[in-house]
Amino acid sequence: MIVRQLSPWGPGWNMPTPAVAQMRRDMESLMERLTGVTADGSVAGVFPPMNVSEDRDHYYVRALVPGVDAAQLNVSVVHQTVAVSGTRQSPEEEGVSHHRKERAEGAFSRSVTLPASFDATRVEANYVDGILTLTLPKPEAAKPRRVTIQTS
Amino acid sequence: MVTDKTQAVQRREARDIATTTEATRPGVLLTPPVDIFEDANAITVLADMPGVEPGHLKIDLHDGVLTITGHAAAREGSNEVPVFHEYPAGTFQRSFTLSEAIDQEQIRATLKHGVLRLRLPKVERAKPRQITIQTG
Repeated sequence: MIVRQLSPWGPGWNMPTPAVAQMRRDMESLMERLTGVTADGSVAGVFPPMNVSEDRDHYYVRALVPGVDAAQLNVSVVHQTVAVSGTRQSPEEEGVSHHRKERAEGAFSRSVTLPASFDATRVEANYVDGILTLTLPKPEAAKPRRVTIQTS
Repeated sequence: MVTDKTQAVQRREARDIATTTEATRPGVLLTPPVDIFEDANAITVLADMPGVEPGHLKIDLHDGVLTITGHAAAREGSNEVPVFHEYPAGTFQRSFTLSEAIDQEQIRATLKHGVLRLRLPKVERAKPRQITIQTG
């Protein structure tokens, strides 16, 4: 199981001085431009970014899809894989001139394979504040069970 | 036809805002991607800020600098263990310098599905005007 570290800098190394923080940002943005890999480890151009987590009973998949109509989102599950697809479109603006266009647009599709199976019939999907949250129940057999140790 | 666009909104370098913020609030500082477009009456800014609730959004305007700040709290429950993480929770922040051509009293903001929409209306005198040429 791979857990990506969010920041390569530990919590103890939190912006010692503005100059060092600035230098770090400059280096990160330079590396980002050269390699296409952002400082937090995500790869530029992969949309939507996803976080996957688990607790005892569920897997949780959260995808950042801001500004998408819920009707434009599709979620499908096959075996251990969850696929999210959809289209992100900004409403046509009449007679405007753009100064800046940084927000991604168009069709997207992405799938993630979870480490174990889940109950595909009871998957729940929720779209709040631009985050799509999928709740995938683990089957009974996949839940951890406490084993009692017998002593004689 | 007037072709000279009003350069009313300029991007400020991230470092200008970052140095003031990171000293006061811990956590990851994120730069939201924005679309900026302009029509005859207004300049519109769209910013992607997923996970920001309306109550956690602050729009601040002083000395002609418009700063949007939104805190996106982590959605993970306390019992959840990460399997893999691609995006951090944190604070979205970005600043823009407004020219005097913006009617600062009339700025409107809406937040829907994690996208902030800011409408910055131009003051009357900044709107393009067609000048009729008289021929004798």
